[in-house]
Amino acid sequence: MSEPFEPKIIAFVCTYCTYAGADLAGTSRLKYAPNVRIIRLPCTGRISPMFILKALQKGADGVLISGCHPGDCHFTHGNYHARRRWMVFRALLDFIGIPPERVKYSWISAAEGVKFAEFINTVTEDIRKLGPFEQYSQLIGQTEASASL
Amino acid sequence: MAKIGVFICHCGENIGAKVDCTRLAAAMGEHPGVAVSVEYKYFCSDPGQESVKRAIRENNLTGVVVAACSPRMHEATFRKACAEAGLNPYLCEIANIREQCSWVHTDNGQATEKAMDITRSMVEKVKRNNKLQPIEVPVTRRALVIGGGIAGIQAALDIANAGQEVVLVEREPSLGGHMAQLSETFPTLDCSQCIMTPRMVEAAQHPKIRLLTYSEIESVDGYIGNFSVRVRMKSRYVDIDKCTGCGDCITKCPAKKISSEFDCGLGKRTAIYTPFAQSVPNIPVIDKANCIYFKNGKCKICSKTCQCDAIDFAMPDTFVDLEIGAIVVATGFQVQNNSMYGEYGYGTYPDVINGLQFERLASASGPTAGKIQRPSDGAEPQTVVFIQCAGSRDPSKGVRYCSKICCMYTAKHAMLYAHKVHGGKTHIFYMDIRAAGKGYDEFSRRAIEEDEAAYLRGRVSKVWQENGKLMVRGVDTLLGRPVEIAADMVVLATAIISQPDAKEFAKTIGIGYDEYGFYNEAHLKLRPVESSTAGVFLAGACQSPKDIPDSVAQASATASKVLALFSKEMLEREPVVATNNEATCAGCWGCVLACPYNAIEQKDILDRSGRVIKRVASVNPGLCQGCGTCVTFCRSNSLDLAGFTEKQIFAEVMGL
Repeated sequence: MSEPFEPKIIAFVCTYCTYAGADLAGTSRLKYAPNVRIIRLPCTGRISPMFILKALQKGADGVLISGCHPGDCHFTHGNYHARRRWMVFRALLDFIGIPPERVKYSWISAAEGVKFAEFINTVTEDIRKLGPFEQYSQLIGQTEASASL
Repeated sequence: MAKIGVFICHCGENIGAKVDCTRLAAAMGEHPGVAVSVEYKYFCSDPGQESVKRAIRENNLTGVVVAACSPRMHEATFRKACAEAGLNPYLCEIANIREQCSWVHTDNGQATEKAMDITRSMVEKVKRNNKLQPIEVPVTRRALVIGGGIAGIQAALDIANAGQEVVLVEREPSLGGHMAQLSETFPTLDCSQCIMTPRMVEAAQHPKIRLLTYSEIESVDGYIGNFSVRVRMKSRYVDIDKCTGCGDCITKCPAKKISSEFDCGLGKRTAIYTPFAQSVPNIPVIDKANCIYFKNGKCKICSKTCQCDAIDFAMPDTFVDLEIGAIVVATGFQVQNNSMYGEYGYGTYPDVINGLQFERLASASGPTAGKIQRPSDGAEPQTVVFIQCAGSRDPSKGVRYCSKICCMYTAKHAMLYAHKVHGGKTHIFYMDIRAAGKGYDEFSRRAIEEDEAAYLRGRVSKVWQENGKLMVRGVDTLLGRPVEIAADMVVLATAIISQPDAKEFAKTIGIGYDEYGFYNEAHLKLRPVESSTAGVFLAGACQSPKDIPDSVAQASATASKVLALFSKEMLEREPVVATNNEATCAGCWGCVLACPYNAIEQKDILDRSGRVIKRVASVNPGLCQGCGTCVTFCRSNSLDLAGFTEKQIFAEVMGL
């Protein structure tokens, strides 16, 4: 029997809600899939679409984004900007040939450790079903000699 | 060349039992740019911190990564240690391998792999960190307290008694708020007016307090230490400087049948009025909507009566602009209108009243001078039914939360009634008796044991009128049978809700609120009196339903926060702010649209002869809170966010 595919997932989260929610999952000793690597940002409003593309290019099989619930943003409306940007970007993803299912968006507050753990587990399962994502890194590899900055 | 130090903490067994720290340290030691990679049981301990400092000095480190618990835990600790060793504190980053790794994974191999990724990613980030300096902004030492109830007065007095200036703004004609309306207070049964009015006078006469009553906040701009606030002083049509408060105008005013807000509709007032006899300031206002002169153009009796020529029908609203360093929001609460409970008959039967109306009936300054008389015919009620949780803890019709004070005030009402109407009977329908507080449970037991309040556990299904009585049908769930009581008066313990304009006001001053319109604290447990906006603090029932002791305690806590802020000449802030590259900025102003804080200004770039070559965006570091929304918006990649630069984040992604 072959080893099950372990996807690599990169998460961009805001420090005030979801990062704190992830910490809460930790202090509550919840167990979840070890496939996600978190990158902490001040606000989801800071998340550039380029970060997502870079993550996928670097070999991530999936990307997830999470911040404060609408209305709860520490910076009053950074998450609304993020949501609008994502609505536009999702269509573009499809256009450039990246399946939008590989990028997941969620709201997880600082009090939602359980939701965080469940979200990580569902996303990991979903991405595992989609299989490894190689086409974009291959494409980049053809056009760019080196993928460094 | 980067010389990064990696310090891997076992956190006892918290990390060490799941993550192979020795393997992690060895792997990090091989990573390009890493000069030192060591492990230790507890890096946050004194010897642990010392070893970090020593390593910085001995190896001339250019950056530090501590792989340990969450940065929310010990980032400040290790940054301070770095600063003590002569390294800019912002060259230190934390790799979170406890909360987000060792505590949440079961497989040691996978946890170690993840810890390596996390640490490597942070090493890559720290290589690109810049030396940052905390931002210093000046502090205006003048506080604004919004709301003149007990919380606002307490906060204003505490700040003023410490020698700092306070502006106290109240939108009603008098200070006092809800506490001035109460009869006696639990659990001591001391008269509310007797403890409240001296504080009102003290606030009004305090040399450090500037009192603006009948005034509302028009706008708030600026940031911690440097707010500019505009206050609208609504026209009283009475000159505060000329009026002596003799009250002749009030006696003579012919419009006498206006329902009194202060007496909750149980009493009447005139068109020129003070809300109550002990008002502070004791200066009347003219209620324009009900004044005969404003309606018909004829009357002016008040003006003719006034011997000081204080009445001015042409008086306009005026505006006061204030420079403020800190704001205390103490805007209080409202009681819910119970008309959604058609079955209780509130609004249909005049003898079904709410708790606040009962306070007015029981108050010596109230419409009945403290006699318990039912509103319909003035008769003394012989049987009174109290219905608790009329709105609270009722997701279907009322609100989901517990209003906190109703159990106690209902017990108090039962006692006051028993003391005033001898032989009167009280029945109280309750869901639970929540009497947590100093002396509270003893107080509610006293209502039951000494004043013979009959507590019935259950809800009321219907109230209707029959033969001059209010019939109350409910259930006693402890006995498991329905009950019907013929009552003379029914008192509803109405839910406490936020002010009707609470959400709008929150947007004016830029603070957060919950689904009910109560203001959000920065942290429910550890920062309960700070709002999410720096420099704005919360006191009293605007944050959640509260009793008087809690409101006073919270108000004093805000005062101590304000005074701590005012104890400094300059404020230090985290330097996580946006910066702009003026050479590449195209002046599209997308960032201005994105910024939630109006922190981006236009700046002219001049040539030698003073002509404007181009206009670019310029970030005011005092206003910028560092969310980075503008950076992502920037079309020419000119903006960047210190501490979370594009380079740093891409490096983190590459490191994973």
